[in-house]
Amino acid sequence: MALFMAPWLIGFLVFIAYPMLATLYYSFTKYNLLTDPIWVGTFNYRFMWHDQLFWLAIRNTLWLVVFLVPIQVLFSISAAVVLTRPKRGASVYRTIFFLPSMVPIVAAALGFAFLLNPAGPIDHILGLLHLPRPLWFEDPQWAKPGLLLLGLWGVGQIMIIFLAALLDVPAQLYEAAELEGAGPWQRFRSVTLPMISPVIFFSLVIGVIDGFQYFTEAYITAGGRDHVGEPQGSTLMYGVRLYQEGFQNLHLGYAAAMAWVLFLLIMLCTAVLIRTSDRWVHYQGGFR
Amino acid sequence: MKRSLIGIAAIALVAAACTGGNSNQGPVQTVNPSASHAPVTLKVWGFYTEHELANFTEVVQTFEDKYPWITVDMVPGKQFGDIVRGINAGTPIDASVDVGPDNVAKLCASGGWQDLTSYMQADNVDFDATFPASVKSYTNYEGKQCALPMLTDAFGLYYNKDLLADAGYTDPPTTLEELAEMAKALTTYNADGSIKVLGFNPLSNFYENPNMYVGNAWGATWYNDDGSSAFGTDPAWKQAFLWDKDLADAIGYDKLVQFKSDVGGDNSEWNEQHAFQVGRLALLYDGEWRTGYDPEAMAKLNFGTAPFPMADDKTDLYGSGLIGGTVVGIPSTAEHPSEAWLFVKELTTNADFLSTLANKLYNVPTTIETLADPTLAADDHFKTFLDIAANSNSRFRPLTTLGTGDADLEAAFLVKWEAGKIANLQQGLTDLATQIDREMQLG
Repeated sequence: MALFMAPWLIGFLVFIAYPMLATLYYSFTKYNLLTDPIWVGTFNYRFMWHDQLFWLAIRNTLWLVVFLVPIQVLFSISAAVVLTRPKRGASVYRTIFFLPSMVPIVAAALGFAFLLNPAGPIDHILGLLHLPRPLWFEDPQWAKPGLLLLGLWGVGQIMIIFLAALLDVPAQLYEAAELEGAGPWQRFRSVTLPMISPVIFFSLVIGVIDGFQYFTEAYITAGGRDHVGEPQGSTLMYGVRLYQEGFQNLHLGYAAAMAWVLFLLIMLCTAVLIRTSDRWVHYQGGFR
Repeated sequence: MKRSLIGIAAIALVAAACTGGNSNQGPVQTVNPSASHAPVTLKVWGFYTEHELANFTEVVQTFEDKYPWITVDMVPGKQFGDIVRGINAGTPIDASVDVGPDNVAKLCASGGWQDLTSYMQADNVDFDATFPASVKSYTNYEGKQCALPMLTDAFGLYYNKDLLADAGYTDPPTTLEELAEMAKALTTYNADGSIKVLGFNPLSNFYENPNMYVGNAWGATWYNDDGSSAFGTDPAWKQAFLWDKDLADAIGYDKLVQFKSDVGGDNSEWNEQHAFQVGRLALLYDGEWRTGYDPEAMAKLNFGTAPFPMADDKTDLYGSGLIGGTVVGIPSTAEHPSEAWLFVKELTTNADFLSTLANKLYNVPTTIETLADPTLAADDHFKTFLDIAANSNSRFRPLTTLGTGDADLEAAFLVKWEAGKIANLQQGLTDLATQIDREMQLG
């Protein structure tokens, strides 16, 4: 039995358990890779409490989680519902909607930085339509909405999962609802949503986890290591701040402490979601 | 329960044991270049890539020709983080070339780079006789000479002579008051109120302007004698930031932000849309490389170079400026430290090597001898920066184990100040100082 489990066990110990425990140890040290770690107890955690940039990163990340995740789920469901309609060319439309999610995230971020450049094509079109032209990633008020747009562009994978869930809803439920006199919105609310609620739950959990770990898009659109958090700290996400402290400033002990706080935060949010799922997630088999 | 606790403790101990550390530096030995030696391959990690790497490799080739028993294995594209991870992993790196001096303090204090003082003494290399005083500011930390300079940047003022002449100016400004007046006089606007031609952009996140607010022009100090941040106590900082905001507000903060976008944003600094090169910016703060970065574009401009203006009460500092550039060191993991020292010494003190590289890369050389090289000084535009580097008042900002941490915090504060997000400047500066002091505690 142990022999059969060995590959998984070795992988778990080497790639999960050891890094986690090592990070936990480092979080109680000052460590810069060049000298041995120095034990400092809870200093890093206490420092975090008073670190303005830590709290700024928390606020920025929470903004993203609160706005991006629900909007992504709503957008994905909407797109999936639309994609259930076509009888001809459905596979072509699904491919078109899915393709953006296959673009490497760095390339996508660079592409959006170009598109949303104040002198770029989007603002040019807005100007032709005599609409306000935001400065997007040059304006702290518009940088996060710009990241929202980037996040919506890449929802292909979640959308495909929603599409599969929508196609899996038994037709007889819709027929029964129609016979009862339910209109399209009532059928959507009372049949579709409950039936796809497990997928919504899954999307929310994954979205929250991804949201708290948000890094690449914020780092790239701000302009890289010399422009971290720009403009005016608006794109300083938790992951970016952690990276900055760990790999730019070489405060690996502090970065390790931040990593553990992030882990606990994600665990807490996930636990809350799971706890509340009893009330609104319905499993076809009746299991919970 | 007890067994699992023991297991966890064991794993933690293994984690601690697996951490890297630097080896202690033993007695040094230098190499007699004229004696015969067994072949040696030096592993050199450097940040150079593309055309800079090609130029650097050419110079390295002349070193190999001079010392045929040494082969240099150049590993390109290695930044500071790579060097640190290499040292931590015990990778044998004989010499490393870092793009800038920001992290010299970390490398010196930790022993990641070896103290070269003993090597210099053994080889009779007199630092003060070889290098200008200005470069000691960014290669020596708490008495440890763990780095030597190999080419530097020097920052000054570029001015469009035609645009200045159109506004009645014949000479560039020498004081910041003059610069502000000229900036306002040289700025013209389109019918819609946007900037057509900008006299000077004071905003800190424009091109090389972050370096302008390092404090040289105001004689500002970064740290008090007790090591605490001086942002809240040195009035020169308040003077600098008020000058910045007053000029930005006079021209129009929103218009300046829009101008940066109109000329192509940050990317335009490195392409043909550069605001100064296309004639939309009359006065520019930049480094010496601009004289040769885009020779075709610059040849079309009637421009001049000059030291950057100084605060009106610091005119005695005029002629100096911010300097700081490539540094070379010998990591603690060097397998061939004696040969590595020979390589580092030649690279940083050999006039032929330095002059050749300076010419190829359009950087300022860093020895007293090469700063007086007539071939480099033949270009009047470039000579300005040679003089700035040679000026004894030129300096880099003080080295600390924060690396760029303090500069990053200052830059973030400055951007908010310029945007009008800081109500009380003095309180803001005091808070900034506190933030830097706290960041220092992280080590």
